[in-house]
Amino acid sequence: MTDATTLLRVEHLDVAYASRRRQAKVIDDVGFDLAAGETLGLVGESGSGKTTIGRAILGLAPVSSGRIEFEGRDVTRLTRRERRGAARGIQAIFQDPYSSLNPAMTIADILVEPIQDVGSAQKRERVRQLLDAVGLPADSGHRHAREFSGGQRQRIAIARALALEPRLIICDEPTSALDMTTQTRVLGLLREIQQRTSVAYLFISHDLGVVRAMSDRTAVLLHGRIVELGSAEQIAEQPEHPYTRRLQLATPVADPVLQAQRREQRLRVLREQGLTDEPKGPAWTSN
Amino acid sequence: MSADPVALIPDVERPAQAPAPKEHVLRRLARDPLALISMVYLAIIVVVGLGAPLLAPHSPNHVDLTLTNAAPFTSEFLLGGDASGRDILSRLLWATRGTLLACVVVLVVSTVVGVVGGLLAGYFQGRAETVASWVSDAIMALPGIVLLIALYTVIGPSIITAMAVFGLLIAPSNFRLVRAVVAGMRNELYVDAAKVSGLPDWRIIFRHVLLAVRAPIIIQSGFVLAAGIGIQAGLEFLGLGDPRTPSWGGILQQSFTTIYLNRGAVVAPALLVCFTTLAFVLLANALRDVLQSGSRHRPLTSRQLAAARASVVTPEAEPGPADDALLTVRSLRIGYPDGAGGVRQVVSGVGLSVRRGEIHGLVGESGSGKSQTAFAVLGLLPKDAIVLGGSVLFDGADLLADRDAARAARGARIAYVPQEPMSNLDPTITIGRQLTAGLRAVRRLSKREAREHLLRLLGRVGIADPETVFDLYPHQISGGMAQRVLITGAIAGDPDLIVADEPTTALDVTVQADVLELLRELRDERGLGMVLVTHDLGVVADICDTVSVMHDGEIVECQPVRALFTSPREPYTRELLSSALDPEEMP
Repeated sequence: MTDATTLLRVEHLDVAYASRRRQAKVIDDVGFDLAAGETLGLVGESGSGKTTIGRAILGLAPVSSGRIEFEGRDVTRLTRRERRGAARGIQAIFQDPYSSLNPAMTIADILVEPIQDVGSAQKRERVRQLLDAVGLPADSGHRHAREFSGGQRQRIAIARALALEPRLIICDEPTSALDMTTQTRVLGLLREIQQRTSVAYLFISHDLGVVRAMSDRTAVLLHGRIVELGSAEQIAEQPEHPYTRRLQLATPVADPVLQAQRREQRLRVLREQGLTDEPKGPAWTSN
Repeated sequence: MSADPVALIPDVERPAQAPAPKEHVLRRLARDPLALISMVYLAIIVVVGLGAPLLAPHSPNHVDLTLTNAAPFTSEFLLGGDASGRDILSRLLWATRGTLLACVVVLVVSTVVGVVGGLLAGYFQGRAETVASWVSDAIMALPGIVLLIALYTVIGPSIITAMAVFGLLIAPSNFRLVRAVVAGMRNELYVDAAKVSGLPDWRIIFRHVLLAVRAPIIIQSGFVLAAGIGIQAGLEFLGLGDPRTPSWGGILQQSFTTIYLNRGAVVAPALLVCFTTLAFVLLANALRDVLQSGSRHRPLTSRQLAAARASVVTPEAEPGPADDALLTVRSLRIGYPDGAGGVRQVVSGVGLSVRRGEIHGLVGESGSGKSQTAFAVLGLLPKDAIVLGGSVLFDGADLLADRDAARAARGARIAYVPQEPMSNLDPTITIGRQLTAGLRAVRRLSKREAREHLLRLLGRVGIADPETVFDLYPHQISGGMAQRVLITGAIAGDPDLIVADEPTTALDVTVQADVLELLRELRDERGLGMVLVTHDLGVVADICDTVSVMHDGEIVECQPVRALFTSPREPYTRELLSSALDPEEMP
């Protein structure tokens, strides 16, 4: 389906890392597309390859085969220089707001780093705009990242991603290192930015609740494959794949009465599926 | 919240830690007396070196034969005269300039070669690193002093060339340092972020990587300079310097040959070399403390401590522990030095009680003091933590006051299940040996009995093939299995109370559900009491019987779990509950 609004298309994507003797396939024939202004949730457990898909799209992980198309152009294997031209519309927000900001640089330096080809007055103006867009005080520019809390740091990371006015932001677990109340605010900010700028999100998370709250559509990953892709409601309410059902039921809800029922239901489903132990995956991977 | 007013609410998050205003490095250095002395001494040496023509009483080749081998402090030659009747003081002053120049040469060569090589090898890795490391290893294998002596026979007495070569010889130390730092930060997310925004490699290296290696290089430079002084003096002492220009090593050598005629003459040049080397090393050490130490908090004096304890309001007499309480925490207050002689409280007056068979949830956000409270129960608070007051009553004894009781209870009657299962297992020892050692520390069992007991428990916690797992190393099992192993270790000593600090946070949800199931079953089988620290309201709803909500070091609300979720009393609890996201319902 070639649609005029299709922003990103991923087809038959494989990512494999050569280990000592054999190739380890981390991503196996993954394909999806993403429209402008849409949010696609990518949910899976550790080792499912969800982070790797994001990194492949960003050019940070080697693509073994397959094709990634952004705004109609092939961006599968670009050099850094080509990327600056063709793929500057794809930016990223990473999981850890502590290691994603250089501790030795001021916030203003971090924010203008991607935009080097304008004058210093314009840079100052841009910093002010970006800080304003993420709800940080205008005088934050001359401070260092360590002076901010986790939630504020993640706002700075969002501002940096916005600096190049992207059309797609890869959000790799952007709130999993944050407190619950902070998470609510950061998710709200991301949604507000989307309404304002029609940016599309590829929203990667292990947390079904977060994915449910953010996504229009959801893809469920298991061992490097997409096992189910559908609208966010369908995945949440009528999951079809047995793994999606297990994942749903294993996620605890903040309601003791309901959770007790779900617990019973989960054990019943596990017995039906003939599974009573954790799924076997690579034991050592993390995301 | 579709219209999203939330995003427009001013950010009420508190900074993670109110950072002390960063003092200038020089000012912090100046507070260290040894560093201050070193800096002043080195400044004097530089001034003397530059100002030698003005400061020296005589020219370096001025000869007064009447003062040949004059002892120090006996004539106009203050530090004595040498074998040719020249003034040792003047010659030392003139020689300083050459020493400084040699130092600069060593520093520049070793830094430029080492840092550039290290940056390239660390950032690009692959072939560049292989070649650079091979060259670096080859250079390190060369015997430096022998090479320099051989060099003398080829190029003659040029101390500058010799020092440049010496700079090359010690460049590998800089190379290895920089390569290690760069390789470590290469995978930092901020380098990825710079790549994603399309910055070319050289810019990333200059902006990000160079910033990271700056501090270790400055520190290393102090040691390089000290080594440079030593080697230069050594070479000249061996007679490999230029005899026409004075040098510290040369003067020392000349004084040494006449040591029987003029004993005092060696003292000044020897001390000069020693003190200058010492000053560089001390300064480098002090720099390391200033640039690389994370915590600048000085421990409190006993008087400050007493003042902090006295300022805590002692609560009125509280009711004694309930009869059936297994653990009772009363008015617990914990603080840390705030760096200005005071104490910052992180737990302020916490009280809770846990009965047998009860799972008591301690829920809150980061910095709320929930983990500190748990660690206080375990007696595992960090070293600089200060217990300002309160008690932890377990089985009639106050574990905070009675260290012996605390030690006897820990592991045997109070067990711990940590957050990160992998980092709580020693990667070099098999799982079986770790579990056996832990168990035999608290129960008098033979190795065989311990093994049988543990194998039975491993089977109980859901490990399919205990015999095999017993002989595996931690990296060979998954995170979920590692947590089961740690739970085995916790229950092996047959405890009454388990303190679990976010026991499932590092696990996948499907594994989490199984581990929670296991904890619940163990509680039912053994009537365990449990303190479960968590930030996840879903986990609370799933497993806890009673919940204490912590905020800013205090328990704001404590209720049975169902009552808490249906009728929360405090606004903070309501805010917390409203932030929970349901996997099925839209918020």
